Amino acid sequence: MHNLHPSPAQGQIGLNINPMGEADSSDGKPKISARGVNFYYGSKRALNNINIDFTPRRVTAIIGPSGCGKSTFIRLLNRMHELVPGSRLEGEILLDGLDILAQACDAAELRKRVGMVFQKPNPFPKSVFENVAYGLEVNGVTDRNLIEEKVVDSLKKAALWEEIKDRLKDSALGLSGGQQQRLCIARCLAVSPEVILFDEPCASLDPISTAKIEELILALKKEYTIVIVTHNMQQAARVSDQTAFFLMGDLIETGRTDRIFKAPRDKRTEDYITGRFG
Amino acid sequence: MKKRNIIQKLGFSALFACMAANILFLGTIIFFIAARGLGAINWEFLTQAPRDSMTAGGVAPAIVGTFYLTSGAVLFALPLGVACAVYLTEYSPKGWIVNLLRISINNLAGVPSVVFGLFGLTVFVKYAGFGVSILSGSLTLGILALPVIISASQEALTAVPQSTREASLALGATQWETIRRVVLPAALPGILTGVILSVGRVAGETAPILFTAAAFYLKGYPHSVFSEVMALPYHIYALMTEGTHPEIQTRIAYGSSLLLLALVLSVSMLAIFIRARQRKTYHA
Amino acid sequence: MQRHFDEELRQLKDDILRMGALAQESIVNSVDALKNRDKAAARKVIDSDVEMDRLELVIDDKCLELIALHQPMARDLRFITTAIKLNAELERIGDLAVDVAQRALDISDKPLLKPLVDIPRLAEIAKRMTADAIESFIKSDTELAKKVVLSDSEADTLKRGVEKELIHDYMMKDGSTSDRAVPLLLAARHLERVCDHAVSMAEDIIYMVSAVVVRHHPEELK
Repeated sequence: MHNLHPSPAQGQIGLNINPMGEADSSDGKPKISARGVNFYYGSKRALNNINIDFTPRRVTAIIGPSGCGKSTFIRLLNRMHELVPGSRLEGEILLDGLDILAQACDAAELRKRVGMVFQKPNPFPKSVFENVAYGLEVNGVTDRNLIEEKVVDSLKKAALWEEIKDRLKDSALGLSGGQQQRLCIARCLAVSPEVILFDEPCASLDPISTAKIEELILALKKEYTIVIVTHNMQQAARVSDQTAFFLMGDLIETGRTDRIFKAPRDKRTEDYITGRFG
Repeated sequence: MKKRNIIQKLGFSALFACMAANILFLGTIIFFIAARGLGAINWEFLTQAPRDSMTAGGVAPAIVGTFYLTSGAVLFALPLGVACAVYLTEYSPKGWIVNLLRISINNLAGVPSVVFGLFGLTVFVKYAGFGVSILSGSLTLGILALPVIISASQEALTAVPQSTREASLALGATQWETIRRVVLPAALPGILTGVILSVGRVAGETAPILFTAAAFYLKGYPHSVFSEVMALPYHIYALMTEGTHPEIQTRIAYGSSLLLLALVLSVSMLAIFIRARQRKTYHA
Repeated sequence: MQRHFDEELRQLKDDILRMGALAQESIVNSVDALKNRDKAAARKVIDSDVEMDRLELVIDDKCLELIALHQPMARDLRFITTAIKLNAELERIGDLAVDVAQRALDISDKPLLKPLVDIPRLAEIAKRMTADAIESFIKSDTELAKKVVLSDSEADTLKRGVEKELIHDYMMKDGSTSDRAVPLLLAARHLERVCDHAVSMAEDIIYMVSAVVVRHHPEELK
């Protein structure tokens, strides 16, 4: 690598308080906190001592190269990791200060509060309506009027209503990829979560659909705490308030998104986001 | 023309020839049976019981018997098989035990049907005391159908993407709700395929009902699950091996064969139709 | 990992270096023209500004292109935005040299008011600060950049001395010297402005290298 601009000694990189104050305007406590989290697949350690806070009603982006543990980490936040046999988790994950890993915490209840949107759109092989209604039904809502109201409301919030209001009875699998992903978001919104986890939600979408999802995320952060895993750094820069950089199971650096992309503190972060990696 | 293009042409031609040979065999069988059996089939054949030492009348009791036995077998094997498949694919810890079970089930499918017949005789007819009856026959045929239904169901369940299960779980559904409301409906077309295959096999089996359900000749129709029944495959066997008027009996046997063939095919068609509709709903 | 992008950044760096060289040359030549009352030399400085203007547009275009096509982040982003700012500052320095050359033309037909001592010294400081700023950019040398920022006071002191002398010793004693004193006064101001631009460049370079904002935050210089 040509050392075009020699890097100053590690300690020299630093941000002065003003005018680029580092402290985020987080009013109050974090929505989710990970404390000393280690995660193992069998004997292989996938995450090392992760400590991170997620601010309420903010978008936090998790970036890093493939295999850095970012998707693994986000799946801990709603205990989806439990589906993987032979995995083991150490440390604490607190939602509003309560440990979600405790015996008393029911995974299904937790997942109602911490929703998830996946990498590939995964609508159920059911109608559009049934897809959105599903979460309400399994959570014991039986009032058809209430369900209908919630479905319409969620589809509107997911910016999908106008496009598919006449196709509610059609199979969800007939929608375009972008519409399917917004349907998955609507499905998630229907159960009124507090946190929404996005696991590379635009990985299989075209730029227009991607832009729609990004707009949606920016609109949703007014009400929800959002964590998004993305391998697209521009996307992280566009939608997030905070960015965390993972590398080989370590959380290397976290901070305000603008600061991370203008002046990362760690050489490894710098190398990754400028494409010098490897 | 280049050599590799010629090879390609030859390859495709060979494949086409194999396909054509298959169609030819199938066509010959159907033609042969139809040609010999069509003459025997008329309204009386379908609605009357055999008369005059099975040289006249119809095969209606055998049709009804086959219907009862097959339905009974499916009623027994379907829930059991699907439940077993669900347990194996969704709940049981992955590992060598499940693999062993899977291999055992596949081996079960290879067991000769007469062995199932002997098993049925020992367990259902003698030990359980059901006697030679529709119940014993259905259970025996059901066990015969189980491996087909289980492996088809397992395949159908495995084909439901993991991401669909995750989507349901992530909405706060329990694993049970996920299976009942998402996974099973999505796997239904595949499970139906298993049922189709097993119905075809069960309806045509002779050996398992030989000792457990089938009667050589009955005057009327069965009146309970503990009755003996006539069944088409066994009836054909009987016509060809017993009796005093081989020529007339052979004609009736071909008629019965054609009927059995048509019956199995129409059941398959029905199931294929249902499956296609299911697919349309579930896969856009 | 080798990046094609680095080669493009290297070319951008060369262009800024060239722009810096032209600016320094203009400063030296314009003050020489002033000192020697050399019309031809002054005109040459004025004409040479065209080349700087042209190069300014080329560099601007290149920077926008790099941003548009590569979406640079972090150090790369700071490098390119700094190049844009340096480019504008250097162009302004070129314009100020033209201004000094114009002052040389103003007085070229008149006898020199006094032998020039402090103005060439000021020019020397302006040239050195510009050169140091460019060097600190090329070498990502924050210490040198800090030196540039701190040497501004030297230039200020010198300029104030020139003003004081011209106003008190000449213009106030004999009003008729004004038409010869004012151009010198202005030349000193132009050269002091060059130093200010060099300081601006140095501040940008400190941000580029260390991501510390020193502009309007002198306490950050320590």
